[in-house]
Amino acid sequence: MHLTDENLIYSETFPGGAHWSMRMRAGNALRLVDTEGGANVAMLMLNPENPLEKYNMPDTLKGQHTFKLSQGNTLFSDMGRAMCSIVEDSFGWHDTATGTCNRRVVEAKWGHSRYQDARNDYLRNGRDSFLIELGKYGLGKRDLAANLNWFTRIEVDDDGNLVWGDDQSKPGDAITLRFEMDAIVIMHTCPHPLNPAKAYPRKPIRYEIRELPAPAMDDECRLARPESERAFENTRLYHQVKGGQS
Amino acid sequence: MINASQQLAEQASHSHIIAAGDYWMHVVKAGQTFRILDLEGNQAVDTLFYSAADPAERYSATDTIREQGNVYLTAGTKLLSSEGNVLMEIVADTCGRHDTLGGACAAESNTIRYSLDKKCMHSCRDSWLLAISEQDVFSMSKRDFTHNINFFMNVPVTAAGGLTFEDGISDAGKYVEMVAHMDTIVMISNCPQLNNPCNAYNPTPVEVLIWDAL
Repeated sequence: MHLTDENLIYSETFPGGAHWSMRMRAGNALRLVDTEGGANVAMLMLNPENPLEKYNMPDTLKGQHTFKLSQGNTLFSDMGRAMCSIVEDSFGWHDTATGTCNRRVVEAKWGHSRYQDARNDYLRNGRDSFLIELGKYGLGKRDLAANLNWFTRIEVDDDGNLVWGDDQSKPGDAITLRFEMDAIVIMHTCPHPLNPAKAYPRKPIRYEIRELPAPAMDDECRLARPESERAFENTRLYHQVKGGQS
Repeated sequence: MINASQQLAEQASHSHIIAAGDYWMHVVKAGQTFRILDLEGNQAVDTLFYSAADPAERYSATDTIREQGNVYLTAGTKLLSSEGNVLMEIVADTCGRHDTLGGACAAESNTIRYSLDKKCMHSCRDSWLLAISEQDVFSMSKRDFTHNINFFMNVPVTAAGGLTFEDGISDAGKYVEMVAHMDTIVMISNCPQLNNPCNAYNPTPVEVLIWDAL
């Protein structure tokens, strides 16, 4: 993957403990950089043409026989399409099974804080952050689904117990998500609910929007598994462009 | 955790056999005990739960996994809602492990998992779509489909971060039983999947039983 000034559309440093959303266009990439290390970027993706179609955790995991997400994986929608593929990842193990922090979790772990007292340093939680951003598109609680937790590694031992991995992300770790379809991206940088830090971790990130070449027929993500190839084919049918299989 | 129940089938206030490929949608009242019985073994029972008072509050696989610190469901597991409240608590389990990572089969996911020409085979999400349309008293739509429990399915996570679909650990006569902490809409698709060895390519009936609170 080539990172050049020519393919950079936009770049922004984004604070920790904050939320935002954006429309990503098919063919463009969202690159996330954990500038200080230890960040968490929680994310949902929905089809702007029909938000009933969205990123689906079980279909993505079982379709690729994986519990973690990394380079080469593709994110599948519940409609069987490749929404987005991971074309670069220096970290190697991103979580999508353990959800996001809610008000109860944040208060229990990091204390009570109100805007009235703390102004914009109040301790935002992930669920409220998602609901605020979803609301901008006329969506709400019923549209929530399992989210991605970029830069958080959650391992599972032989008995199924969750383990907060020792090797969390380092300064400069980066992941690039190439969008195969247009998507509403809902995201926040509130801490992962299993983060053992004593104080609310407020970790900034940088995000970049880049224009990438369309995936070739021998693209790493497309060919990673036959399941991925079929998901790319379903996306091709959705866009009704020539090429692909058959 | 294997934990047998003291409930007697003949004392159940309600029972129903769900054929493979059918749905069942029913309100289980707070305090009632609800059992799913695997009649012939290794049958996937794709189940969603909603608060009857406000179906926008529904079973959350991710909150349930995280708050119990374990990816498998068994006796002792509290099935948490999206609001962090307990919908049901598993009180008895003779199977020992149930999955909530693998989701439900759908025409579309079958095209990814098996082949593009599998899309006309019956699926769990089709059964749910029929359920919400026919049972319109609940005013649900596809928006309300979230990540379900696959009772009796064995989907181990490996130390390397893989997800595997192992042979079932259930058998004819094994069951899982839970007590409702709030009035709960239960929506089941008794899975019609014919492409997966986990049910020996043979979907079979299951029985649901309900006991009133003592």
